[in-house]
This record gives sequence, C-alpha cells and structure tokens, in this order.
Amino acid sequence: MSTREESGGVLSSVELNPLAVVLGSLAVLLFADLGRRLVTGKLPVSTLATFLWEGVVFGMAIGLAGIGLAMTYSILQFANFAHGDYITAGAFTGWLAAFVVAGLGSFGLSGLVLVSDTVPTGELGINVFATPLAVLVGLAVASASSAGLALALDRVVFKPMRGARGISLLIASVGVALALRHALIVLFTGSTRSLTTDVPGQTVAIGDGSVTVGAHEVTLVVVAGALMLSTHLLLRYTKLGTAMRAMADNEDLALVTGIPTERVVRTTWLVGGALTGAAGFLIALESGSMDPTFGWDLLLLVFSAVILGGIGSVYGAIVGGIIIGITRNLSLVWLPSELVLVGAFGVLIFMLLVRPQGLVGGVKTV
Amino acid sequence: MTPAPLGQLLGALRARLDAVRGVVGNRQVTDGGTVQRTTSDLRFVAGLALGLYVLFLVLSLLGGFQSAEAVTSRLQSVTLLALVYVMLTLALNLQWGYAGLLNLGVAGFAAVGVYTMALLSLPADGLGLGLPLPVGILGGFLAATLLGALAALPAIRLRADYLAIVTLAFSEIIRLLIRSQPASEFTIAGQRLGTGGTDSLDLPPNPVKSLLYENPDQGAFVAVENPTVIGDRLFTAGEAVGFGPSLVERVVYAVLMLAVALLFYWLLVRVGNSPFGRVLKAIREDELVASSLGKDTRRFKIIAFAVGCGLMALTGMLWQMEGGGSTAPTTFEPELTFFVFVALILGGSGSNTGSVVGGIVFVAVLLEAPSFIQRIVDTQFGVPSAPETLFDAFTGVDPFLGYFLSDTNISALRFIVLGAVLVYLMHNRPEGIFGGRTEIASPIDLSDRSGTEGDES
Amino acid sequence: MSDSRQVGADPDGQADAESNTDETGNRRTAGETILAAEGLRKSFGGITAVDGVEFEVERGTITGLIGPNGAGKSTTFNLLTGVHTPDSGRVRFDGTDITGWQPDRIARQGLVRSFQIARELEDMTVMENVMLAPPDQFGEGFWASVLPGFRGRVARQEAELRERAWETLAFFELDDLANERAGSLSGGQRKLLEMARVLMTDPEMILLDEPMAGVNPTLEEKLLDRLHELQERGYTFLLVEHDMDVVMNHCDPIVVLHQGQVLAEGGPQLVRNDERVLEAYLGGTVES
Ligand SMILES: Nc1ncnc2c1ncn2[C@@H]1O[C@H](COP(=O)(O)OP(=O)(O)OP(=O)(O)O)[C@@H](O)[C@H]1O
Ligand SMILES: [Mg+2]
Repeated sequence: MSTREESGGVLSSVELNPLAVVLGSLAVLLFADLGRRLVTGKLPVSTLATFLWEGVVFGMAIGLAGIGLAMTYSILQFANFAHGDYITAGAFTGWLAAFVVAGLGSFGLSGLVLVSDTVPTGELGINVFATPLAVLVGLAVASASSAGLALALDRVVFKPMRGARGISLLIASVGVALALRHALIVLFTGSTRSLTTDVPGQTVAIGDGSVTVGAHEVTLVVVAGALMLSTHLLLRYTKLGTAMRAMADNEDLALVTGIPTERVVRTTWLVGGALTGAAGFLIALESGSMDPTFGWDLLLLVFSAVILGGIGSVYGAIVGGIIIGITRNLSLVWLPSELVLVGAFGVLIFMLLVRPQGLVGGVKTV
Repeated sequence: MTPAPLGQLLGALRARLDAVRGVVGNRQVTDGGTVQRTTSDLRFVAGLALGLYVLFLVLSLLGGFQSAEAVTSRLQSVTLLALVYVMLTLALNLQWGYAGLLNLGVAGFAAVGVYTMALLSLPADGLGLGLPLPVGILGGFLAATLLGALAALPAIRLRADYLAIVTLAFSEIIRLLIRSQPASEFTIAGQRLGTGGTDSLDLPPNPVKSLLYENPDQGAFVAVENPTVIGDRLFTAGEAVGFGPSLVERVVYAVLMLAVALLFYWLLVRVGNSPFGRVLKAIREDELVASSLGKDTRRFKIIAFAVGCGLMALTGMLWQMEGGGSTAPTTFEPELTFFVFVALILGGSGSNTGSVVGGIVFVAVLLEAPSFIQRIVDTQFGVPSAPETLFDAFTGVDPFLGYFLSDTNISALRFIVLGAVLVYLMHNRPEGIFGGRTEIASPIDLSDRSGTEGDES
Repeated sequence: MSDSRQVGADPDGQADAESNTDETGNRRTAGETILAAEGLRKSFGGITAVDGVEFEVERGTITGLIGPNGAGKSTTFNLLTGVHTPDSGRVRFDGTDITGWQPDRIARQGLVRSFQIARELEDMTVMENVMLAPPDQFGEGFWASVLPGFRGRVARQEAELRERAWETLAFFELDDLANERAGSLSGGQRKLLEMARVLMTDPEMILLDEPMAGVNPTLEEKLLDRLHELQERGYTFLLVEHDMDVVMNHCDPIVVLHQGQVLAEGGPQLVRNDERVLEAYLGGTVES
C-alpha cells in the first residue's frame, strides 16, 4: 500500500513538468538550429520568408475558421466535430454560386451547379481580377449558406439536446459530421475539382532570392483580416456581443440577468457559421481546388488553433491559427512535407497536456 | 429521422430484450444472477446471429448468389467483420463504457498492433525481423498496451473532450507516420525494415494457414498442394460440400475469430463483474467520489485504457491477417474509430453484452445490408443506365433512384444513415439497446442476504 | 496504517475499538491533536473563500464546524481532503503533513469525508455504492479480477464485505433499497448512503458536511447515537451542521467560521455566549 501512496503523490506533482521542460528545450534547440541554418546559408532567407508568408496566409484561414468553433465551444460548451464539414459545405455552395455567376450562358448548367470537374476551369477563368463579381457573390453565398446550415442543424440536432453533457453533444456532432460530409459527396460527387485560373503574383526580393505573393493569398489575408475585425467590433460594441461574452463567462449568470440565451445561441451559430463558410470559400480560392473532405482534413488543425489560443477565446483562436499556420510551414525546414501535419498535431497534443488553458490564459472570454 | 426498417428492427430488438430482462430479472437478481444472465445473454446473442444469418441467406439468394460456395463466402466476410467490430466494441467499452475514457484513437492503436507485428514477424529478407508469428503478435499487443499506458499517463487527467481530441490527433499521427516516405523503408543496424508507406503491406501468413498448409509462406496455389494432416481432412470435407480450399481456410479462420471474440467477452465480463470493474464504474459516474473513498483512480484508468488499447491491437492484427493477409494505412482512418463508437452506442455503452449486440447489429444492418440490397435491386430490376450526377437524376430520363444505387453513392448513403442513427440515438436512446440496465459489478450475488438474516428489520 | 482498516473487519467494530483505545478501554489519547489546519487560505477569482483558517481537532471528539452560509466551511473541507490545494497554509493529519496530497491518498491515510450535496453514484445500485468503499480490496487488482486462480479469493472477500454492507445498510434503513439504482433515492436517503459509504472505508477520522440535512428526526436521533457510539470507540468527527440544537448538544468543541476566518472556538457554552458569534448570525438561531 505504501508504494501506491508514494506514486500517487509524486505522479501528480512531477508528471507534467519534465515534459514541459523537455519539450521547451526542444523548441529552443530548434530555434538555435534555425539561426544556424540561416547563418550558414543552408536555409536561404528567401525560403524562410516564403515559409513565413505562406504560414501567415494559412494561419489566417485557420484562424478565421476557428472563430466559429471557439464560439460554439464557449457558449454551448462542446467540441463540435462537424465544424470541419461546415467549412466544406460553405465552400461548395459558395463555389456553386461563383461558377454559376461566372459561367452562366457559356457552359452547361449541370456542370456549373455541381461545381463539376468536367467544367473546363481554364475557360471559365475565375480569379479576383477577371471575375471579381463571381468571387464576391461566392463569398457571400458561402457565408450565408454555412450560417443557414449551422442554424438548421442546431434546430434539428443540438437544440433538442440543450443542457445535455458536452460529451453527448460531441458524439452527436460526430454523427452530423459523417452525414454532412457524405451528403456533400452524394450531391456533388467526391472528385477533386479545380476552381480558379492563375493570377500573376507579385514578386518581392528578399536576400538572395524572392518571395512570391499571390493575389489570392492577399485576398485571403485581407478578407479574413476584415472579417476578424468586424467580429471584434461586433463582440465589443453591440449589445448582443456583450451578451455573448457574458454567456461565455457564465451561462447561469446570463440566465439570471435575463439575457435571452436562445437568441445568443442563435447568433453564435449565425456569426460562427458565416465566418466558417467564408473561411471555406477563401481556403478553396487560395488553393485553387477542393474536394468534399477538405474541411474534415482541416478539423484537427482548427482544433489545434482553438486550443492553442485557449478554448473558447475568439482572439485566442485567431492568434492560435496564425501560430499553427506558421508552425506548419516553418516545420518544413526540418520535416518532409508529408510529416508537417504530424508536427502540428504534436503541438496540439503538447498544448492540451501541458497548458490546456491555452497560451493566452485561463480566462474564458469570447 | 431513421428509416422505417431500422426503427422496426430497433423496436423488435427492444421487445426481445425486455423478454430477456424478464427472464433475468432486471432489478431483483436472484441467486447466481451473473452466471444466469451471462448464459441468457449469450442465448440472446446466438438467437440474434441466427436470425441475421437467415435474413442474409434470403438476401443473398434474392441477390442472385447461386452456389453454396458463393453464399458461404459472402456470409463468411459478414461474419468476420461482425466479429472484428464486436471485439473492437468490447475493448472500447472497457475504456468508454466502464471507465468513461473517450478514446477516439481506436484506429491508431489497432494500427500500432498490426504494423508492430509486421515489423517483428515479416521475413528478415523482406521488411521485418523474421521472428516467429506468436512473438510478433505478442509484440504488437504489448506495443499498443504500452503506448496506451504512456499516452494515458498524462492524458488521463484531461476533460473527456480534451482526451477525445488528443487521442484522435494521436491516431492521426500514427497513421501519417506509417504512410510517410521515411517510414516506408528504413535500415537499422543493417536490417531493412519498413511499413510499406501508402502501399498495402503483405502480412505474415496467419495461424490458420500454418494449421492447414505445410508451407504456409508459399503462395496459395503452391501451398495448397501440400496440406497438413488437418488441412487434408478439412479440404476433403470442404470438397464434399463444394467448398474450395480457400473458402475452407476462411471458414476455419472465422471460427478462430469467434473463439477469440468469446475469449474477449469472457475476459471483459469478468473484469466488469469484479471490484476492479466496480471502481471503473464509479470513476465513470463521479471520479471525485471514487478518489474520496481512497481509490487511486489514475491507476484504474491507466490499466483500463492500456488493456483496451492492447485488445484493439490484437483485434486489428487478427483482422488484417485474414485471407490474403495484407494491410494498408487507409484501413486505419478515423472513420473506423467512429464506426466502433456508433456500434458501442447502438449496443449500449457500459454493457458488455450490449457491445456484442451493437457490433453485430452495426455490421449487419448498417455496413453490410446496403450492399446486399443494392445487389438485389440490380439483379431483380436492373438499372439500365444510372444517371451520372444528381443533376442528371433530376433532369434526365434515367430512373431517378438509380443515381443512389451506384457503389460510391450507396457507400455515402450508408454514412448519412449512420450519422442520422448516431444523432437519433443521442436524442432518444443514449443508453443504447442494452444500456440502462444494471449489470452489478461483483463476482457474487450482492442481493443475497443469507449471512445477516434476522439481524435488523 | 494499523490493521484497523482491514477488509472485512468486524462490522461492530470490536477490532477497531481495540486499536484505537488503550488497555483501560477509554480514549487512548484524549488531548492529542489528530487534524490541524494551519493558516489555510484559498481564493476563487476575486472571492477569498477561506482566509487563514487555523484550528485543531482533538482525537476522539465530535468537533463542530459552524458558520453562516458562505462562511467557507465546505471549502475548508475541500482543502483538508485534497479536493482543492490551498493557496497557502498546511494540513497536518495524524502527525503527517498531508498538504497537496491527492484526495485518494488522504482517504487511505484515514481521513474520509462526505459531501454537502450528496454525490451518489447514480447508475450503480445502493449496494454497489457501499461495496465500493472498503479499502484494500483484493479484487481491485486487474489480474485478481481476471485470472481464474484468484477468483475464489475475490469471491470470498466479496462475501465478507457483503455481509458488512448489509449490516451497514440495515443500520441506515437502506436495506430495502439495496438493489435499487442509487439515483432513485430521495434526498435524505442519499445523505444516508454517503454516510454508509464513508463508514465502510474504516476511517480514523470522518468529515461530515451537513449529514443530517433532509434526514427524518427519528433517524437523526439514531444517527447521533451512532456517532457517539463510534466516538466512544475512538473515531474522530468534524461535523458541519446548521441545526444549532444538534451542534450545541452533540459537538464539543465548536469552531465558528465567518467570512473565511475562525471567529470563535470552544465549548458550546462559550460559543453560545460569544458576542461576535451572535452578531455573525445576525440574531439568528443561536438563542437556544
Ligand atoms: N469552486 C468554487 N469557485 C468559486 N467560488 C467558490 C467555489 N467554492 C466556494 N466558493 C465560494 O466560496 C465561498 C465559501 O463557500 P463554501 O461553500 O465554503 O461555504 P459554506 O460555509 O460551506 O456555506 P454553506 O453553509 O452554504 O454550505 C462562497 O462565497 C462560495 O461562493
Ligand atoms: Mg457548505
């Protein structure tokens, strides 16, 4: 019995700290190595700059997609595993609209409506310069449809479960994820389709090389930034935003003080869904192609961002997204590209084990 | 929300179940309750299996399977998959049903077992170390168990949803590592090793092959020329009913799996009906209570998690070695984990018998029945030319429903139904078919009062 | 740890009595401190729930811990039993510094508590709840639970424990409900189940957080008798209770908490006549 007692006490106090120390020093070593590589010229500055820029671009997308997840996490208190498929759903409806706007009249409706891979995208010629209207309409439709979808699914699936344990909601959301993803496959077929034509990028000289800044990358960063700013303003300066923050902090309190919680919940899905749909559309715009599983494939990264920033914190999600984006691309310095995700998931696990309250801290505020 | 047939099936099951409960006596378990219940549960499961066999037999005949060999072959694959899910569900039940540990890494731990076994037991001139298969299997089991314990050590204190995310990420890391270029082939101390990367990897010949063939490592065509004494007898018997050697082999394998599944069940029922299982249940209900009563909850959780992971690995190995005996990273995508979860929740988490029933019903009704039905529609009515896309289905001349009967869409529809079932269960019957009944955690009948009669009113 | 907490010990506690009493059969060590709170402090966000609490409990007493709602009594319990770690201060039990220990380790050391809001294990039967409690059960080992060779021993021990469990349940008048889900019990019955569970752990000292809340008066009397009976045998109690009759008649000494601090400490007479205590209760129920 005495041995069990020993291990009981020791375990709890020492358990995590060595892990933190080891991994912390690993991070320091990696940075030192990065410096060495830069100095010795093994890693050209321009390559590093490219990694960083692409990391920021990807990070903005992840951060934008993470806001919705963070909102539902803090207000409804559950990890929504269907969030990745909200991203996909938004992207598909958005691109459906973009295809129709850009190609109606010149191409068969069937291909356009299905965002089919049979549509010759080269001739359709969607990009921000050639068809700004199509892109804009697509973005708007993506937001609207994801928001609508989130609301509808809340009504059908999550509303009847209000007050259930977070874990029951999580399991239900797995069901939603499976159904939604495969509904998209039935509707649109599972193929990977290309969406845009290339736009000339801007080349910026750095060191002995250069960084190419693509127009769609810039579009993503600018639009995502604008949406994040609007979210901030919404949360800070509107009554509903204040109510949302209050409810995130303490649902019981919010109930007592008479904040109409159902309305807050609806707004959460609405705003979160809209941002998620926009993120999906922008991610597809930037990468120039999509398939019905891409949102699901991003889900763990979005979770990483949200957790890194401190679950439930909108600002944390943004910061976390950018960190995840940069980490993912920066790890290309050491890891082959196929293992980059391993690095990102490793960061996720590490954070949850060592600092589950996130980088930003323990306070849970939308 | 759920399609009518499924609803009916659930209803029928529930009715049958209430009958079972009546026999056992849900609340007032009288003497020898556990033993009696286990036998009556097994009888129920056997009845269910028999019913499903009859159903599938009819479906196969309607679907145009002609020979006994073809029907048996098809039923064998359904059986094997059902057993695999039964075993995985039982293992997950130990973690989630008993200890409340939400492990979304089922697929990953199964993969650890399979690939460790491959590394240990593949021939030394191939990608392995050339150790005997039992060593490989033991190694795979231990690797997953240890990894489970190691993962559990820090993760176990996490909230259930964090643990879910951590284990899912862990599972994905394992899969990504296995399929990565560096892991596909590498050399350690002059020994060539590897996972085969994204390609499928041939596994060592399974134990049944060794039982039936003198030279199991040779290709099936050569090996069959040289059967063992047992193999010879069985092949002759198979010939009599028109079964080729490969089908005989597969049937024997299914029997082996059944034996292992029964072993799992026996093991886990024992765990459940013990003071150990009692503490696990207490942890699931309210960990603070368990620890306030002096239980070292971490120890119990780590053991339950590790053992569960080991059993998942064992199942994975036996599953992948069947038949041709090859594996690939795509087998271990998170979908597998979610399937096992649906099976467990369907059956009723917290109940071992529920896990068995859930595994069987899940595979039969949700995984396999759709393709039988698709076949029947194909052969009975024929779909002359299915519309290629949903758009064509709506606007074209081809039969609308034909669109949904293509292979890819059947499979996608299956997932949609699955998702809907999961949501339906969470809404209406979160305790599953078998859940919500009290399976008393003790090896003896706790309601027996003979020792204290007349002590107090 | 002595053999006093052996599994299957005599339910009437003859064995326990011996280990906790000396040759004369009286309290072995009256006057000896068993539990000491030394400057305990704990705050949640802005609220300092416990603010430098300092008191000692003598072995073999039924010490009362009283105070208005929100005084910090339950939080003190949580600090003593390892549910919360104190921001500062120390807890000493039986001569050992147990500050920062996990709850399970503290419980195994012999300091066991009940919860103010009963935490029954809903989906387990009343019997299972009680059978969970005894320490050092052989069948709690994984191998012992599985391997055929050990099964007999596990079953034998279970049978012994079952007998004790029945007696304990009978005492708390829960025996008719033994096979019911604990979740189906009434509020009062849940409190009784908590007590039954705690007693089954064979503790040395028991912390009870409002154990009589919702319990009918007849049974309450019986429980109090039982408490004294156990006290005679050397058990020590720290009792949080709002019913002043109970406190004044059954607890000695009494510690009064107010706003996270010890306001007064002493025998019932002393506390009853303390101006500050009266003030803290705002002319409340102390006039008896
Ligand atoms: N986990 C917690 N988080 C935040 N505040 C807490 C927590 N636990 C207790 N408190 C606060 O600490 C103060 C003391 O609470 P405590 O439960 O200890 O009082 P008490 O004396 O047991 O009261 P009662 O007689 O009503 O049971 C209260 O203001 C309470 O709100
Ligand atoms: Mg209290």
